[in-house]
Amino acid sequence: MIEIERVSKSYDGFTVVDDLSLSVPQGAFCVLLGPSGCGKSTTLRMINRLVDFDGGAIRVGGENVRAVAPEVLRRRIGYVIQSNGLFPHWRVADNIATVPRLLGWARERIEARVDELLALLRLDPPTYRSKFPHQLSGGEQQRVGVARALAANPDVLLMDEPFAAVDPITRDALQGEIARIHRETGKTILFVTHDIEEALRLATVIAILDRGKLAQLGTPLDIVENPRSDFVRDFVGAQGVGLKLLSVRRVGARMRVGEAAEGKPIAAHASLAEALGEMTARRCDRLAVADAGGQVIGALLLADLVR
Amino acid sequence: MRASVKSPVLWVSLLFAFLLADMQQLRAPFGLAFPGVQPEIFDRASFIEMFWSHLVLVAVASTAATIVGVGLAVFVTRPAGRDFRTLVNVAATIGQTFPPAAVLALAVPALGFGPRPTAVALFLYGLLPIVENSIAGIEGVPGAVREAAGGMGLSRWEILRDVELPLAAPVILAGVRVSVTIGIGTATIGSAVGALTLGTPIFDGLAGNKLPYVIQGAVLVALFAILTDLLFARLARGLEVPWSR
Repeated sequence: MIEIERVSKSYDGFTVVDDLSLSVPQGAFCVLLGPSGCGKSTTLRMINRLVDFDGGAIRVGGENVRAVAPEVLRRRIGYVIQSNGLFPHWRVADNIATVPRLLGWARERIEARVDELLALLRLDPPTYRSKFPHQLSGGEQQRVGVARALAANPDVLLMDEPFAAVDPITRDALQGEIARIHRETGKTILFVTHDIEEALRLATVIAILDRGKLAQLGTPLDIVENPRSDFVRDFVGAQGVGLKLLSVRRVGARMRVGEAAEGKPIAAHASLAEALGEMTARRCDRLAVADAGGQVIGALLLADLVR
Repeated sequence: MRASVKSPVLWVSLLFAFLLADMQQLRAPFGLAFPGVQPEIFDRASFIEMFWSHLVLVAVASTAATIVGVGLAVFVTRPAGRDFRTLVNVAATIGQTFPPAAVLALAVPALGFGPRPTAVALFLYGLLPIVENSIAGIEGVPGAVREAAGGMGLSRWEILRDVELPLAAPVILAGVRVSVTIGIGTATIGSAVGALTLGTPIFDGLAGNKLPYVIQGAVLVALFAILTDLLFARLARGLEVPWSR
């Protein structure tokens, strides 16, 4: 759906994106991940031509982005930024209707679409339609930002650190919403973040960028389990990803089949994090493991957690 | 425009209208205060006529200054005009530093006597607050808003028309307000070169040592300026209420 082919960009001789190639298939939730200055935002902004690239080619839906006028291209691509960029002098409904209005949709169609999107983002349409952005909380503003990006039903959604400026609880809720919207709509999403946990939670595929180059491309588990370079290992490991991993892996995958242990058994489908909690609480380093029927099938040792 | 009994707009306009239409009613008190002056009330031209001429003069100069000022501000905030930003600012500042009387002295030989040199002086003098405020207003539009507008596919013109100018409007209006209010006061000097304004009784009074004429002209000019300022304040409130915090 999005093909980036040997694209480069430099500012005043300083290379920001360096011969980057990346292909994002239709329906993927691709997260561009990396430290600040790695070129991830620039890459995103080259796709809708807010930044013009020096060399290479970018295609969206098979069409070269340089073959269409920038305004036309951008109206086909949803775009969400960190500080939402809502128009403060327009009501929520007008903000959401921005692109449909540019495309000349009929009024009834726009109104129906606005209500549909408000509902999709779990904002009660009668309550929110005619509010001004400053009357909304940060999380609500960001929901409106997402609704606005989806308004003209674009196939591709570009999101530039969309949830970086909201508090952790709101961020968690918004991440849940965007994951749901991705499942429900099947949009191709390209999402920029520096937050590894956010990437692991949302992505179907993660592209880690380092100084304008692709450091690794893979599924979240792949990135964590098989970091291909010290950079990736440091970046992924630096943000306390260990506990996160324990909570996505199952006891059954690590236990020693046939071995025995004392005490109440833990379920094989429990997470390693739960097992660690159990060991800590019981002050032991060995747990019996039971299958779904309650039958003891093996044991899990503390050492198995870090294997 | 609602005018409640408490509103100063109502009282100032009533007083202003009364003095314009019927200053003759005050003949007795002026006669008492300044026994030597005949007639007691300035009568070389009617106050309404002078007010109208004054109003047209300021309106023409301020409209031109607003169009040119906002236009220049828009130009220097585009990528193509960015290099001219300092130049425009300096030029507008010089326009303001130059005393209007000096502009008049220079303009009269070129444009002759009457309202035209006055309009030029007012225009130059009123440009700076409008240019400065318009630049500040446009540059005050949050970067994220501009970025989002571009990212959604608004053209440059649409960004200017639908985003930048509406968001800058309160600041631009504040500049126009200062410019117009100053212009109303400054226009009086036009009477020195033959323009008919509410400054005419002031200059006549000064020349003929007739203080009541000076007072009559000055009070009307002051009321005119105050009333205009109040109306602008009201307009500004109307502009801000719906969305600003």
